Amino acid sequence: MCLGVPGRLVKVTGTKGIVSFGGAKREVDLSLIEKPIVGDYVIVHAGFAIGKIDKNEAKKTIKILKETFTSL
Amino acid sequence: MSFGTLTKDYRDKKLILNLVKVIKEEFSNDSYKFMHVCGTHEDTVTKHGLRNVLPKNIEVVAGPGCPVCVTHPEKIELALRLLEEKENVILTTFGDMYRVPSRYRRSFSHAKAQGFNVKIVYSISDAIKIAKENNDKEVVHFAVGFETTAPSTASTLLQNPPENFSIISAHLTVPPVLDYLLASGEIAVQGLILPGHVSTIIGSRAYEFLADKYKVPQVIAGFEPLDVIIALKMLLEQVKKGERKIENEYERVVKPYGNLRAKKLMNKVFKQEDAKWRGLGKVPNSGLDLKPEFEKFNAIIKFDINLPEITKDIEDGCRCSEVIKGLAKPEECQLFRSVCTPYDPRGPCMVSIEGTCAIAYKYGSLSLKSN
Repeated sequence: MCLGVPGRLVKVTGTKGIVSFGGAKREVDLSLIEKPIVGDYVIVHAGFAIGKIDKNEAKKTIKILKETFTSL
Repeated sequence: MSFGTLTKDYRDKKLILNLVKVIKEEFSNDSYKFMHVCGTHEDTVTKHGLRNVLPKNIEVVAGPGCPVCVTHPEKIELALRLLEEKENVILTTFGDMYRVPSRYRRSFSHAKAQGFNVKIVYSISDAIKIAKENNDKEVVHFAVGFETTAPSTASTLLQNPPENFSIISAHLTVPPVLDYLLASGEIAVQGLILPGHVSTIIGSRAYEFLADKYKVPQVIAGFEPLDVIIALKMLLEQVKKGERKIENEYERVVKPYGNLRAKKLMNKVFKQEDAKWRGLGKVPNSGLDLKPEFEKFNAIIKFDINLPEITKDIEDGCRCSEVIKGLAKPEECQLFRSVCTPYDPRGPCMVSIEGTCAIAYKYGSLSLKSN
């Protein structure tokens, strides 16, 4: 029920937008997030974007882990 | 960043197994039991076979994390009565809720089979479209879900929905039920894996009172298998060091104060009230009811329907009330896989795709046994 699918915002028209989920596109309500911009990665739940994904944080976690295991 | 980075790296088998190896080496002496409270986490844990790769001394159990499963049959019965007693009503529901039985195994799907107008929607926005296309009918949306979903209901009601649209609010909130469970002393766990998408809305600060009150380690986690393993390691480290704090593994999405905009919309539309959870009982301040200024969208008031009282909320033999507290595993229930299947569910945990029993049925058994 709380399933959220990550996708990339490819179009913004007011409070509506189009999100691409690895190529599959769907109209999404953007009224719950601040300043949606084309190119943002968002979590979509039940047709609404509920939050943005911080690209740098996502990369940071993986980078730290990969470095940890390389140094082991 | 490519789309793949969002999911692919967090499913990297090598990274996951390396981390499990570290966990095995560092935490082999004691037994640990952690609870998550999200159906999507249960799906991740079971689908990716995480219980099979984790050492036997580390147990992960599922709590009441599926809002469909814990929706009280009184709310389902209310919607069914509305269909039966009022004319020209279209009931819209998420697919997950469609086959959940109330009492006597009545469900929205049975109502549909009897000829009542029930439509499955992916989003409340679809329910609004149906209302606009059917202005000679009343559209009632069965609004279910935790804090992840409640803001979409709030936002919709604030965007001038048509007059023939109303909702039955079955929304519930997570921190009060954690408070309730921890206070009961029934769940003996050493830490909680907190739900990433509920937390996206409410933020990590929303759980601070639990850390203060119960001294329980808590980690907010994302939904890829690596997220869950990292969160487990963070919990194990807290236990080892004697720390009792809230950490955030899902920092790429969850912020300390959550989604302020979504919270503001929720607070405009909803007020907290005591609510019954199926299999758990009445949990103080855990329900979201519409504020008086939104009464015209409250189907209960609009159609003057009384909330039926149902005291027996689980069928005889069904162990859902123990399953949602992590006290029983699906295969320990005598109904599991025998008379209770996703095709003919007896208990709510077998209905929703995020119910613990439905997930265990789909992906095989929960293989972790205490031995």
